[in-house]
Amino acid sequence: MKMNQEGEWEPKIVAFLCNWCSYAGADLAGTSRIQYPPNVRVIRVPCSGRVDPLLILKCLQRGADGVLVSGCHPGDCHYIAGNYLARRKFAMLKRLIEYLGVEEGRVQFSWVSAAEGEKFADVIKTVTRRVRELGPARKLVKVREMQGGAGASL
Amino acid sequence: MGVAHGEVKAEAPHMGGINEAGCGRGPRIGVYVCHCGLNIAATVDVARVRDAVAGLPGVVVARDNKYTCSEVGQKTIADDIKNLNLDRVVIASCSPRLHERTFRELMARSGLNPFLLEMANIREQCSWVHGHDREAATRKAVALTRAAIARAALLEPLERNVGSVTKSAMVIGGGVAGISAALYLANMGVKTYLVEREPSIGGHMAMLDKTFPTLDCSLCILSPKMVEVRENSNIELLSYTEVRKVEGQVGSFKVELLRKPRYIDEAKCVACGLCAEKCPSKAPDEFNRGYSERKAIYIPFPQAIPASYVIDPNYCRYFTRGGKCRVCEKICERGAVDFSQREEIVTLDVGAIVIATGFEPYDASRKTQYGYGRFPNVITSLDFERIICADGPTHGKLKRPSDWEIPRRIAFIQCVGSRDEHETDGAGKYCSRVCCMITAKQAFMVKEKYPDAEVYVYHTDMRTAGKGFEEFYQRGRSEGIVFVRGKPGEIVENPEDHSLRVVAEDADSGCILDLTFDMVVLAIGLRPPGGLVELAQKLNVSRSADGFLLEGHPKLRPAETSIEGIYLAGCAQFPKDIPDSVAQAGCAAAAAAGVLASDRIEMDPLNPVVDEELCIGCRLCEKLCPYGGIKVEKTDKGFKARVIELACKGCGVCGAACSARAIKMRHYSDEQIYAQTAALLEVG
Ligand code: FES
Repeated sequence: MKMNQEGEWEPKIVAFLCNWCSYAGADLAGTSRIQYPPNVRVIRVPCSGRVDPLLILKCLQRGADGVLVSGCHPGDCHYIAGNYLARRKFAMLKRLIEYLGVEEGRVQFSWVSAAEGEKFADVIKTVTRRVRELGPARKLVKVREMQGGAGASL
Repeated sequence: MGVAHGEVKAEAPHMGGINEAGCGRGPRIGVYVCHCGLNIAATVDVARVRDAVAGLPGVVVARDNKYTCSEVGQKTIADDIKNLNLDRVVIASCSPRLHERTFRELMARSGLNPFLLEMANIREQCSWVHGHDREAATRKAVALTRAAIARAALLEPLERNVGSVTKSAMVIGGGVAGISAALYLANMGVKTYLVEREPSIGGHMAMLDKTFPTLDCSLCILSPKMVEVRENSNIELLSYTEVRKVEGQVGSFKVELLRKPRYIDEAKCVACGLCAEKCPSKAPDEFNRGYSERKAIYIPFPQAIPASYVIDPNYCRYFTRGGKCRVCEKICERGAVDFSQREEIVTLDVGAIVIATGFEPYDASRKTQYGYGRFPNVITSLDFERIICADGPTHGKLKRPSDWEIPRRIAFIQCVGSRDEHETDGAGKYCSRVCCMITAKQAFMVKEKYPDAEVYVYHTDMRTAGKGFEEFYQRGRSEGIVFVRGKPGEIVENPEDHSLRVVAEDADSGCILDLTFDMVVLAIGLRPPGGLVELAQKLNVSRSADGFLLEGHPKLRPAETSIEGIYLAGCAQFPKDIPDSVAQAGCAAAAAAGVLASDRIEMDPLNPVVDEELCIGCRLCEKLCPYGGIKVEKTDKGFKARVIELACKGCGVCGAACSARAIKMRHYSDEQIYAQTAALLEVG
């Protein structure tokens, strides 16, 4: 579990950002020096449509306290409709994980364009706040695999 | 400067040195953590990041560099690849969107497959956004670098797909930027299609009377260029034509165009004008901003190119009264009128595209407090151009619309639709850049024509940055134009004589000015043109928050877009004046010609591979792929999915949907992403 210097728990959040919009939006937040909490760690994917529900579940298993998937705005996906598919898969996954007892809000979805640095920072702030309120994730977490598995792949 | 910083410390692998022990037969990774001057190092403890990853399995060497992208920084990596036999490289620095290409080329030069590079973004997504928390930023940088290493270990060498290059270009938009881009391209020997949605090229520049600060007659300098477009054998002009659909990628775009019917055979029409003389139907003349009338059969303006008439079906009696009239058809000696024309779809293959779609003037009637559209003597800066132009409704006499008398007291109001903090009424937050100088020019022209006229300019502040601009503005001041710092809240019309009362506070003197004018000119801002959203979606290019198109890089790729092979010229990117539009057109043309000069285009090979053993032929992938990039075919092992490499764009939708897990995404495989996540989550 992640602790900050004062020994308090800090949430760990994985964000899947599509290369064309949200990743560029995150870069813009950077070049504009808009500050946001450091809890979110980014994985770049070609399109939000690449994000398979399994990837999200794996994150939760590996100890992520929250997962964010962010893509282009409706109509703006670089690959025409990947973001719509992502949204549909996401809606489905949401019901599944609710059924599994994962709190609503651990897994979130957003649209951020390449021009929305400020919006990206806001999304990160909101997601972090929400996950912080929920506390450490307990459902689905496989601690053993978290340590063993990760080490093995390095 | 730029000396590789962290020393190789062979004796202590954990301190960032060479770590031969840790990597038996596995990958041999070199890790380079960049200071980026102080951009990263001021926030992230770079040495700590280096040391935190130095001992990891597979990492042969870990160093920190002051500037990894510098020649010295790159040489360090090249030397390591050679001397330490590296087979993968991880660079923790700025965004891969900035330097991935730089480092991939370095890899290729050093004999490594460029796809064995992985970057950790510890600047844009770390040091610059967590500037107040060195500890957290350093920890995050460690996590990101570890994740990059984990992913790098699993990267596979890929061969780039090679596409062919169609040696022609398309320019969308025929204003001064599009015209210039087309001419630059054509003069470099490139076959160029110039597509314009209006019946003539020329754009807004054709509507201007004079240009600032030289007071050149606008059409006098533009129309030779327009003629050149017509004469140049490398240019094919498609006027009255819109883009319907765009497919393909750099080197081989397929563009579907919709040609609207002119009802005139362009080749036959000699623009004699007889038809318009006889035509019984009148319509407002949009070229003169509705201040005069034209016929239903018309030529937009005398210098129009193509020099051909066009029939407006909204006013033509043939269309409004069901096939009657046909006067023009009877009168035309050359038989150019052709009512049987229909919309036509044309498909063209081009290797590169320049977008030069310009702007749309702000709709001043949305600022109801100024009464544009209600008070006849409130006009816009564009209306002014037509009213003062020799070709305009008053034949060059400056007159006010209510009674067509010469106005003696004229006010200009700046920033109408620009610099609007709340972006109310469809206005923009940004400065439209040209309105201050347009007003300086127009006010000067009033004084030139009528030296005793009283001219007031109400402004937020006058912006005159440009060659000769400030000097021009000062000249206007010395002619007696009064500049008032302060914007009036509203305009009140006296219904008797249509004079206009303007009350404003002069911020410089603190006085309230309560004045009455014969005419008020609103300096309207430049807005993204209608249809730009749809065009951007068809071309897949990004837009910026202001609604214009987003450039590849604000400093270094100002004429490129997010899409390779598609370039920007003029106000499509952002409001700019004529010289800047022309300059950007040259830049876009040079970039496009660069692509067209090569015979082959290399494309990232991100397409998936299908494991036929696992594929159950369910066709889900086939259904989801928007490009027809994966097809299920009958093989001797049953129905199996097959990737059509040139159609596939590598989005990953198929792989993410495959329930049999038979589709493996190249460069973004499940294993690679799992490894990345695991490493990300491991570090506290
Ligand atoms: S590319 Fe951004 S969501 Fe598809």
